[in-house]
Amino acid sequence: LRKNVEDFTGPRERSDLGFITFDITADILNGKNGLQTFIFDWNVKQLFLYLTAEYSTRKNALNQVVLWDKIMLRGDNPRLFLKDMKTKYFFFDDGNGLKGNRNITLTLSWNVVPNAGILPLVTGSGHVSVPFPDTYETPKNY
Amino acid sequence: RAVSGSRAHRGAARAALPAAMDLFGDLRRMNKRQLYYQVLNFAMIVSSALMIWKGLIVITGSESPIVVVLSGSMEPAFHRGDLLFLTNFHDDPIRAGEIVVFKVEGRDIPIVHRVIKIHERENGNIKFLTKGDNNEVDDRGLYKEGQNWLEKKDVVGRARGFLPYVGMVTIIMNDYPKFKYALLAVMGAYVLLKRES
Repeated sequence: LRKNVEDFTGPRERSDLGFITFDITADILNGKNGLQTFIFDWNVKQLFLYLTAEYSTRKNALNQVVLWDKIMLRGDNPRLFLKDMKTKYFFFDDGNGLKGNRNITLTLSWNVVPNAGILPLVTGSGHVSVPFPDTYETPKNY
Repeated sequence: RAVSGSRAHRGAARAALPAAMDLFGDLRRMNKRQLYYQVLNFAMIVSSALMIWKGLIVITGSESPIVVVLSGSMEPAFHRGDLLFLTNFHDDPIRAGEIVVFKVEGRDIPIVHRVIKIHERENGNIKFLTKGDNNEVDDRGLYKEGQNWLEKKDVVGRARGFLPYVGMVTIIMNDYPKFKYALLAVMGAYVLLKRES
C-alpha cells in the first residue's frame, strides 16, 4: 500500500483548507497467518473504502477527515491503481491547525458490508505521513 | 382425528389450520379457570418479549438497539427495509468511517449515515459530521438550523451488524395500519385460544 502526495494550503474564512493530490496502489487481500485469503468471500456484498487524514492540532487533540471514498462491489477488481487523484471532499480544519502541521497521516480503511451479519471496519496496513508547509498559498492575480 | 374425547397433547408441529378448527371446539369446553390460565399465558409471552427488549437496551447501551433503514441514502450497502443492530457503549470512541444512527434535535426520526469528519478535544468532547453514502452532499442540510456538527448526545447507536429485508414487516405495518391490527388480532386469538394440557 503506497501513497504519494503533494500539497499546499489556503485559508478560507477562518479555517485552514488543505489540498492534497495522491496516488493509491492497493491490493485488497486479507493476509492471515501467512495465507492470503481473498477478502471478498461469499458473505461480502461490498467494501466501502475511504482515505482518512488524521492529525492533531493545538485546538483539537484528534482530527480525522475523510478525503475520498469509493464503493467496491463484489466482482470489482480488487487492485487499485489510482494516480493524481484529487480529494473528493474539502479538507477543512476546525481552525488553523493545518499551517505548519508536520504530521498528517493518511490511511486507507474499509468497511466490510456483508450480505448479512457483522459490519467490521478494517484499516489497511501502510500509511503515509504528510507535512503541510508553513505558509499559505496566496491566490494568484491575473 | 384421534379418538374422540381424549385430550391429547398438541405438539407445536401441528399445522395451523386444523389447529384452528380444534380451537373453537376447545373454546366451548373451556371453563373460567382455564380462561384465566390462557390469559396469564398470554401475559407471560408479552412480558417476556418486553423483558428481552429492555434487556437489549441495557446490554447495548442504546435506546433503540434494533432499527429499520427507512431511506435509500446508504445504498448500495443498506436498502429500505434492512434491519440494523446497534451498540452505544460510552467508551467507544466515534471515528471516521463508522456508521452511526443519530437523531436531529427536535426530530423523532433516526438517520443512518456515515461519519466523515471528527474533531475531538483533549477532554474527550467530540464534534463530527455525517453523510449518506448515496448522497452527494454532507448532512448539514439535515441538521437543525445553524447546527454544523453533531455531538455524542445525538447518537442513538453505532451500526454493528445487519440483516437484509427483515425490517420490511415494520415498514408495511406502519404504512398499512389495518395490516398491523389484523396481524395482532390473529396472533392474540391464537395464543389466547391455544390450549396445552
